[in-house]
Amino acid sequence: MHRNQEAPLVEIRGLTVDFDGVRALHGIDLAIARGEAVGIVGESGCGKSVTWLAALGLLPARARVSGSVRLQGRELLGVPPAVLDEVRGRRIAMIFQDPASALNPVIRLGRQVGEALALHRGLGGAAIRAEARRLFELVGIPDASRRLDAYPHELSGGQNQRVMIAMALAGNPDLLVADEPTTALDATIQAQILDLLTLVRRETGMALVLISHDLGVIAETSDRVCVMYAGRMVEAGPAEAVFDEPLHPYAQGLLAALPPLDGPRRRLDPIPGTVPPPGNLPPGCSFAPRCPRRVPACDHVVPALSEKVPGWAAACIRAHGPAMADRRAVGA
Amino acid sequence: MLRFLLLRSGRALLTVALVVTFAFVVLRLSGDPALLIMSVDAPPEAIAAFRRAWGLDDPIWQQYLRYFGAIAQGELGQSMRDGRPAIELVAERIPATLALTLPALLIKLGLGIPAGIYAALHRDSAVDRLVMVAAVAGFTVPSFVLGLVLVLVFSVQLGWLPSGGQDGWLHAVLPTMTLGIGGAAVLARFTRSAMLEVLGQPYMRTASAKGLPWRRAVLSHALPNAAIPTVTIVGFMVGSLIAGAVVVESVFSWPGVGRLLVVAVSNRDLAVVQCILLLVAVTMVTANFVVDLMYGLLDPRLRSGAKGGH
Ligand SMILES: Nc1ncnc2c1ncn2[C@@H]1O[C@H](COP(=O)(O)OP(=O)(O)O)[C@@H](O)[C@H]1O
Ligand SMILES: [Mg+2]
Repeated sequence: MHRNQEAPLVEIRGLTVDFDGVRALHGIDLAIARGEAVGIVGESGCGKSVTWLAALGLLPARARVSGSVRLQGRELLGVPPAVLDEVRGRRIAMIFQDPASALNPVIRLGRQVGEALALHRGLGGAAIRAEARRLFELVGIPDASRRLDAYPHELSGGQNQRVMIAMALAGNPDLLVADEPTTALDATIQAQILDLLTLVRRETGMALVLISHDLGVIAETSDRVCVMYAGRMVEAGPAEAVFDEPLHPYAQGLLAALPPLDGPRRRLDPIPGTVPPPGNLPPGCSFAPRCPRRVPACDHVVPALSEKVPGWAAACIRAHGPAMADRRAVGA
Repeated sequence: MLRFLLLRSGRALLTVALVVTFAFVVLRLSGDPALLIMSVDAPPEAIAAFRRAWGLDDPIWQQYLRYFGAIAQGELGQSMRDGRPAIELVAERIPATLALTLPALLIKLGLGIPAGIYAALHRDSAVDRLVMVAAVAGFTVPSFVLGLVLVLVFSVQLGWLPSGGQDGWLHAVLPTMTLGIGGAAVLARFTRSAMLEVLGQPYMRTASAKGLPWRRAVLSHALPNAAIPTVTIVGFMVGSLIAGAVVVESVFSWPGVGRLLVVAVSNRDLAVVQCILLLVAVTMVTANFVVDLMYGLLDPRLRSGAKGGH
């Protein structure tokens, strides 16, 4: 659902990834508009990271990637590394789950951020340091000029994630992909980092893809939500709508497992079972074995992602638009 | 950093002291030097005179203290065989040994490290497999076997190179190759696995994600990290510059420190053996100390860890 009709910033079509002949990603379609905030949610192992690592050519060489990833119409899959180096960091930046290991332990933080400034803004010498300090201040690192000379192990996880964000901002990207940026951090720091991402997006106007296994994290920060399961997209729609009345039983399960923000505490309902590994998918719908609404047909067809309501799609033979309509249909 | 230095040098000195003590104990436990040096049927008066001259009748702790004090003053005693200062005998041999081990060290570094890096960067390529096979071979084949094979090929079959003795630089080629090839193989394997470990780290992906070209990511992000574990094995190789050639010197009858050690041990020439052991210990300990300093330079985590008395 694009708020305007201009061509998407990034358009992923039929993206598949195989590791050693085993398909981990089964054809992902996803478009990101300029300035849009998209959340990608799903349990661990559903292919959220692989989608974006594949898009940016960051998977190990043994991964087989096919499909299409276009940045403003320009294909990114299979292009020479030199072309990708112009895109990474400058057009699309990415930050990762564990900031402590994502930063080089033996290089000063100022230099790690400075590298990106030299690459993408052609800065040198003192200008790099001044701009790095400005970025550190922007992302809320206290005592910024001293931190430039620090090493990652001298900072907390939250501070290191701020450094990662500063580094991502160094290239003025059009899109920031934040892969579980708060998963390794404790709850109060999580909220601060999410606030920072929202703030940065407001100030720079860049698009944001926020990847998380926590629907709660996504709901607050995104315009649109994509739910992934076992290497497929199973639901995609406006964040509010998906959060209110998810169509896909998997998304419903994720929602039920969330602690309520207000109201009485209730027992959480985790989805029984686990995500099947890529080499061992059930026939038919991958979610069927864990699905409370499963019918025999679910074991025979892999449901395609189809629009149930304009701009809102789900991959489930039993989903027919928002739950109210669905319940009426079932009751009839 | 000062504390780090003091701690490490203290440890180095302690290690040397322990080696000195160990050498004393082992050599004294292994038999009566007087009986071993003099023939068994020597007249008892001669043996007694010998014992007096060398202080072998004093209580063992006195001998130990005297020995320790002498060593502390650089007095390493005289060869019981020919009466010359042991240190002189040993020092004469050092250049010959270094003439083999220094070039061999260059071969190890110059061949082993680039081969290891290349193999890691081209994992599973033909070159990688070749390096790994060579590395396993170099790792498992003992140096005397490798030495003999080289002699068979280059001296006996081809007749290109002499098989032993010390008569100009041509004679040094085969022993140096023997030392260098084996060591290069070990180092290549080590460097390769250090590089592979580093290349799989998340920070390498970060470097690519920010648009750093791969070559530059390898140079400025991977190598400094891979250097940390590699320094250990290089330090060990530097530490064995003196002692690492015992076998090869014997195979090629090369008159270096290693050969002197073999001869001195079989003669029970205490002073010479001790002197060599001490020399070896000091080289090892010095190399270790330098490795520790290198760690501190290469790894900021250790630098700040040292404040806490790492
Ligand atoms: N480098 C890799 N080699 C082999 N399998 C991988 C690799 N990276 C990811 N996978 C597999 O791909 C699937 C999706 O992984 P991922 O995208 O990391 O999940 P997540 O949704 O938690 O980010 C998982 O089953 C994982 O085991
Ligand atoms: Mg992930």
